[in-house]
Amino acid sequence: MNAKMKLFSYNSANTPIHRLSGLTKLICFLFLTFAVMYSYDIRVILAVMLFSILLMRVAMIRFSQIRVMVIYVLIFIITNAVISFFFSPEFGTTIYGTKNEFARLFGISLTYEQLFYQVTKMFKYASVIPLGMIFLLTTNPSEFASSLNGIGVNYKAAYAVALTLRYFPDIQRDYRDIYLAQQARGLELSSKAKFIDRFKNSLLIVIPLIFSTLDRIEVISNAMDLRGFSKSKTRTWYTSRRFSRQDVIAVVISALIFIATILVSIFINQSRFYNPFI
Amino acid sequence: MKPQPIIEFTNFTFKYFTQAEPTLHDINLKIYAGEKILIVGPSGSGKSTLGYCLNGLIPFSYRGEIQGSLKIKGMETRNLNIFNLSKMIGTVLQDSDGQFVGLTVGEDIAFALENDNVARDSMRQRVQEVSRMVDMESWLSSSPFELSGGQKQRTSLAGVMIDDVEILLFDEPLANLDPATGKTAIEIIDDIHKQSGKTIVIIEHRLEDVLHCDVDRVIVINDGRITADMDAHTLVASPILLETGIREPLYVTALKYAGVAITPQMCAGHIETLKTEFSRAALQNWHEHIPAPDVRGNRPSILKMENVAFSYDGNRPVLQNINFDIQEGEMISIVGKNGAGKSTLSKLLCGFEKEDSGRILYRGVDIREKSIKERAEIIGLVMQNPNQMISKPLIYDEVALGLRLRLVSEEEIKLRVEKVLKICGLAPFIDWPISALSYGQKKRVTIASILVLDPQILILDEPTAGQDFRHYTEIMEFLVEINKLGVTVILITHDMHLMLEYTPRAIVLAGGKLIADTSAAVVLTDPRVIREANLKETSLFALSQMAGIEDGTHFVQRFIDYERRLKNR
Repeated sequence: MNAKMKLFSYNSANTPIHRLSGLTKLICFLFLTFAVMYSYDIRVILAVMLFSILLMRVAMIRFSQIRVMVIYVLIFIITNAVISFFFSPEFGTTIYGTKNEFARLFGISLTYEQLFYQVTKMFKYASVIPLGMIFLLTTNPSEFASSLNGIGVNYKAAYAVALTLRYFPDIQRDYRDIYLAQQARGLELSSKAKFIDRFKNSLLIVIPLIFSTLDRIEVISNAMDLRGFSKSKTRTWYTSRRFSRQDVIAVVISALIFIATILVSIFINQSRFYNPFI
Repeated sequence: MKPQPIIEFTNFTFKYFTQAEPTLHDINLKIYAGEKILIVGPSGSGKSTLGYCLNGLIPFSYRGEIQGSLKIKGMETRNLNIFNLSKMIGTVLQDSDGQFVGLTVGEDIAFALENDNVARDSMRQRVQEVSRMVDMESWLSSSPFELSGGQKQRTSLAGVMIDDVEILLFDEPLANLDPATGKTAIEIIDDIHKQSGKTIVIIEHRLEDVLHCDVDRVIVINDGRITADMDAHTLVASPILLETGIREPLYVTALKYAGVAITPQMCAGHIETLKTEFSRAALQNWHEHIPAPDVRGNRPSILKMENVAFSYDGNRPVLQNINFDIQEGEMISIVGKNGAGKSTLSKLLCGFEKEDSGRILYRGVDIREKSIKERAEIIGLVMQNPNQMISKPLIYDEVALGLRLRLVSEEEIKLRVEKVLKICGLAPFIDWPISALSYGQKKRVTIASILVLDPQILILDEPTAGQDFRHYTEIMEFLVEINKLGVTVILITHDMHLMLEYTPRAIVLAGGKLIADTSAAVVLTDPRVIREANLKETSLFALSQMAGIEDGTHFVQRFIDYERRLKNR
């Protein structure tokens, strides 16, 4: 936990994935995400997930880099699963048309259909993590901005996103410095303090953080104005890359996966769901 | 007939909408193509505002009311916008970190071209050309974190030169640079001026450092008015600097101490041009007659580091084999270039990080087991940027915060806060909101909020960064007062004047090792230490050599002693 702590930060390496243009990666990311979001076929989802984990290997992303993110997403997925179970415990049977009960809980029947449905859904969400992580960690923020701009996002908005990503490590460092300095003044943020106190105390860090970040923003926005940012409707990008053969191949592969997913739904499952119960 | 000026202010007045009084009054100034101009003035004098008027940030980003006329290349600026202006005037801002827009050197240099929709290939070619002009062509794919301060400056310079501007404006180019890098920066500017013949305008308050290279004219601004427009030799011979509150070059101070009256004929604008035949005898005589100061008896040790080593990642050492012993009541500076380990050292002292090996002793007792909170009651740390510490809207609450978090009773808090505000000269402002204070006053508030915890040792990170001479003196004299009350003061700095004037002893770090622990006079005259720690030899040393005084270090030490006696410290 120190200067090396880099959540969401681009790490430069020379792998086939890093060599792809940012726009390619964004398009591939969108294709694959749509594929898993569309399909409720666990076979397809697992295949895409395995494929993207493989890609993570290729991109030399280590688990330690994404651990924090994984934990957050897992918490989200589990909460989501529990809540959706209590809201509609019968949803699985409605979808699959059968009812195989294996236990009862507080008078609610637990069915294999519901279990299968929820497991599928969990994998569906989980499979987006490696995809997103590959995109974020292998695309440098400027290229990220240029690729957003490439798919039609206004370049000012794209640049704002890139700057946010870019300054994230700096702001994290500020946060840590401020946190330590306030701790020296006697601030207690551990679980020993009451919740309301912890909330009030965290303001003692957030306020200085906001003010020092505003200082930073004023400097950078002046620097950008002085060099002509936002004077015309479009801009070019120094970091943009020419589309290479690899880019075409990558886009084609992910497009094929997307189409295959749809074809599986239409011709094999005859719906978005894969039904092993009939 | 004189040529047409490239910049011409005529009866120019400017008032920010947010302020009641104009910041610039009736400015009349002509600058001709190819000139190199230095604009000096204390904080709040309006010198930065003048710069903003030139580059178009006024009225583009900072709104206000303009009267009179400002013409650049014969065009009235109020009819231009910031983008037209940026094609004529390139601005290098003071914070070379903050203005690094791109993620790599190449990208940053290309930024202006990107905004002009230049196609990728011609952009790459142009970036190559310009980077060659500033010697950065082999760094194009490096990120700012891999660059030294000087390289960042070169990159910023290339980023504005790419537009082929005719005027280069430098807004406090020396702020945030260590002495050696600052010297290089001034040399780079000079090279560019000589090679390209561009018009150069430098806004700075560190006069001596800019005068390391020639300038054509120096413009002095005070209270929004131009109070002088003359060459450097005439300026240092006049009383204007003193009246305006700008620090005169140190060698000039020494000459005055020696009883020499400075005249324009002495060419005292730069140490290199100074004619010493007027003053050699006086300097020698003065040097010999300064009595040595009383030697201070040994006092008990208050803070000691023994063989301390530390690394963030377990293999790349940030600090190794650090040994020193600070005595009670000392005022000491820790110097070294960026990345030398100064901040890490202060973090170890405050317990923010734990040493990997070695011991830190407070009055002979190892403090390894003390928590951050407990250590804060012995060792207080004041961060460089007051905005990083201030978290309450009212001064009283901000200073009381540390005590409230320690559950001290409100009556006691009141007593202690009032006392500390009195010491810090903030008593009249006790009910004020912090937002109404100046930067220097905010700095005092942060010092007060640490002092209220009654620490025995106070560590300040760059206490005078970005301060002009008056505020610098104010803050430092205040710290001397605190020091007299018995608080040991440790200053982390790369301000050489500060070291020379206020701390008899300096610890020098370079590459994570302690390379010197000796008197400031030695540090600033020892070529090895100067080189390794990115410092700069003090001009007093050069002066002593020119005056034929053999032991330059001794001369510098005598100067310090004399000054201390003069100011009764």
